[in-house]
Amino acid sequence: MNLNLNRQEFKSILPRFALVAVVLLIVGVMSFLSPVFMTSKNMTNIFRQISINGIIAVGMTFVILLGDIDLSVGAVVGVVSVVCGNLLEQGMNWFAVCLIALAVSIVFGVFNGTLVAYLNFQPFVATLATLTIGRGVALAYSDGRPYIINNPIFKAIGQGYVGKVPIPVIILLAVCVICYVILNYTTFGRYFFAVGGNKNAARLSGVKTKKVEMSAYIISAICACIVGLILSARISSGQPNAGDGYELDAIAAVAIGGTSMNGGVGSLTGTMLGFVMIGLLSNSMNLLNINSFYQQIVKGCLIIIAVYVDMKSKGDKK
Amino acid sequence: MANDNYVLEAREICKSFSGVKVLDHAGLTVLPGEVHALMGENGAGKSTLMKIIMGIYTKDSGSIVMNGQEVEFKGPSDALYAGISMIHQELSPIPEMTVAENIFLGREKRKIKGLPFMDRKAVNSSTMELLERYEMAEYIKPTMKMKTLNIAQIQMVEIIKAVSYDSKILIMDEPTSSLSDKESEVLFKIIENLRSQQVGIIYISHRMAEVFQISDRISVLRDGNFIGCVETESASHQKLINMMVGRELERGYPQNTAEKGEVVLELKDMCSEGVFENFNLSVRSGEILGLAGLVGAGRSEVMQALVGYDPLDSGEIYLEGEKIEIHHPSDAIKNHIIIASEDRKELGLVFGRSIRENVALQNLEQVSTASFLNKPLEKKLCNSYAKEMTIKMNSIEEDIGSLSGGNQQKAVLAKSLMSKPKVLIMDEPTRGIDVGAKSTIYNIMIDLAKQGIAIIMISSELPELIGMADRILVMSGGKIMGELTDKKEFSQHKILSMAFGGVLNES
Ligand SMILES: Nc1ncnc2c1ncn2[C@@H]1O[C@H](COP(=O)(O)OP(=O)(O)OP(=O)(O)O)[C@@H](O)[C@H]1O
Ligand SMILES: [Mg+2]
Repeated sequence: MNLNLNRQEFKSILPRFALVAVVLLIVGVMSFLSPVFMTSKNMTNIFRQISINGIIAVGMTFVILLGDIDLSVGAVVGVVSVVCGNLLEQGMNWFAVCLIALAVSIVFGVFNGTLVAYLNFQPFVATLATLTIGRGVALAYSDGRPYIINNPIFKAIGQGYVGKVPIPVIILLAVCVICYVILNYTTFGRYFFAVGGNKNAARLSGVKTKKVEMSAYIISAICACIVGLILSARISSGQPNAGDGYELDAIAAVAIGGTSMNGGVGSLTGTMLGFVMIGLLSNSMNLLNINSFYQQIVKGCLIIIAVYVDMKSKGDKK
Repeated sequence: MANDNYVLEAREICKSFSGVKVLDHAGLTVLPGEVHALMGENGAGKSTLMKIIMGIYTKDSGSIVMNGQEVEFKGPSDALYAGISMIHQELSPIPEMTVAENIFLGREKRKIKGLPFMDRKAVNSSTMELLERYEMAEYIKPTMKMKTLNIAQIQMVEIIKAVSYDSKILIMDEPTSSLSDKESEVLFKIIENLRSQQVGIIYISHRMAEVFQISDRISVLRDGNFIGCVETESASHQKLINMMVGRELERGYPQNTAEKGEVVLELKDMCSEGVFENFNLSVRSGEILGLAGLVGAGRSEVMQALVGYDPLDSGEIYLEGEKIEIHHPSDAIKNHIIIASEDRKELGLVFGRSIRENVALQNLEQVSTASFLNKPLEKKLCNSYAKEMTIKMNSIEEDIGSLSGGNQQKAVLAKSLMSKPKVLIMDEPTRGIDVGAKSTIYNIMIDLAKQGIAIIMISSELPELIGMADRILVMSGGKIMGELTDKKEFSQHKILSMAFGGVLNES
């Protein structure tokens, strides 16, 4: 009996285990192949890069757990970037700017949530429209030109360090921990799995399904906002095209992490392993001077392999 | 042993799921033109054996022989092609498709041979023919979307679909579990007809009466073992129960000796346009109120509106004398008005999640402080409710979808009990549940009544309703047609004539 249980448990952790193994493999192989790889400078670099995709992927996990998708996150990054750029140029206090950016992103989240949860739009279509609108807003607002950011405190969000750790990495960690706790240790988090697995049954069990759906889009938009702040601070400018295509990398990380696009099944630890793996891999390929065109091919194949392993281990049907 | 007449033989089939043996040298034989009933407790392995025959699951060992030749199906389409079709226990219609599209899924008639343009007209008219042949044309139209059908209608569509393949062997996994007597009779007529065409039928059911009515032979599985096969004529209830559970069971229904107290729930003039109207009801603590009616009478609909799942146009709800408002199922749960849905797959359970999460879902308040979950407590509580319902499982962390149908039903009840109901609405509580577990559930109902809970029971199995209820309301066409208050005057005949009366008046 016990043995069987262990086997079952083993089956369910197998894909997670495989991801960890791949991550360790990359680290092992790379520390042989490249003398630069294991240096603290490179590691800092990797994690600073990961933080951008990672934060968006964490927010995206909530949406995908519902079986939905949020394509608008990249555009929200762009809007946040130009709003920050403009307001900071006018000399507004950095903290007020962050709050305004947060408010703006929440408007986008509520907009998506209203379309999907209350007006029954399909998530793909709704957020595709928001993506287009958002990018348009960013371009119109800035007239297509970048703003220059000089505020030193604001810039620290993207460029600063606490001790030896870059601030973006600290923010990433904080976002991961907070979201992990919400998803796994609160009743609210449990509702995401239930609604994603069977919306009707969840509703009959008293779950306010529309509110849950709405909050997923808000969480996703807030994560995009945080990335917008970090990115603008890091490049010291408000760019209308900032965040272009970020939604796809985030979705890739979530998929590699084993969260089902049909909703109901998945985990944040999976997503975390997913974006760490993508980050390590692209850094490794850069160090090995692999052409970026080939890097894309590798990334695509990786998604297929990871999702395949995951499906195999879950679909114990035969 | 060797009998060349068998159209189908499953020999010495073994199957394990992640190390747990589910079938242990089980087998079955089918003669042409016979109805072979397959019985056994929940989780005995009946559905699994059928899925192996259909090629949905692969067997670990054993063989399947059709007309004397060993066959190996890679999937259900192979089996269909070879002449075996199956009505599954868990229905899986495609909600956005019409009835006709569902029936002809995968073999759509083409406008021009070889080109992928579906001939909608031809499909619709063939469907209409089928519906007419099986006397279902009144209730079901070929162009209806599947998502607008209730569970009995969906079941009829599945039956018609399976029959329409003109297979030589037809497997029916609990086809009547969501049908009322009237539709069941239609099914039995279909079965008679198929029998005369020499079709071999495997018929899985937990309902003794119908097994005795229609089957020629009965095979019994217990814990994945083949226990035996008997001629129906020479079998008795008691003998079969012994074969199934391996012990004696008390027969009949337990008496509800609970003290009837104050009125707990009162409904006044509940209306929902086109679904039900002027629905009034009151139920007292300790009372078991039966709701009878044909499928489509609006019983489940009223109850789902009561708990806030479906919209309610007007009406008043009084709980313990106080008027309450219910706009969302969460309001009903807060007021301890709990429904255990008949439709476990659509409304009762979240497949893909564990038994623990499912049982706890509407009871998270009990296992959390300020929204933070206390997981050890959750596990402990859910385990005790699962044990109380005798759910057959390896662990509470198992996916609810891997439980057998009857055990899923028990999980729905476990979840409802955990919500500490004042009013418990049990919609087909014994749907798909085996004889042993049925009496467990009846006893639990009496226990609950004794604790002062008011129970509203919907059941299409009249003997069960008559046996358990203290009072019966008969519904038809969304209206209450009558009330039977004296247990002595309960009879199938009375209930049915009230239920049919409504239909006759209407048309
Ligand atoms: N896909 C699966 N994965 C793991 N275990 C399974 C799976 N399918 C069935 N089982 C297990 O196999 C056993 C037999 O299940 P099966 O569905 O065949 O029972 P059954 O006789 O049809 O019961 P019921 O009368 O309740 O429908 C059960 O204990 C069930 O938990
Ligand atoms: Mg079954």
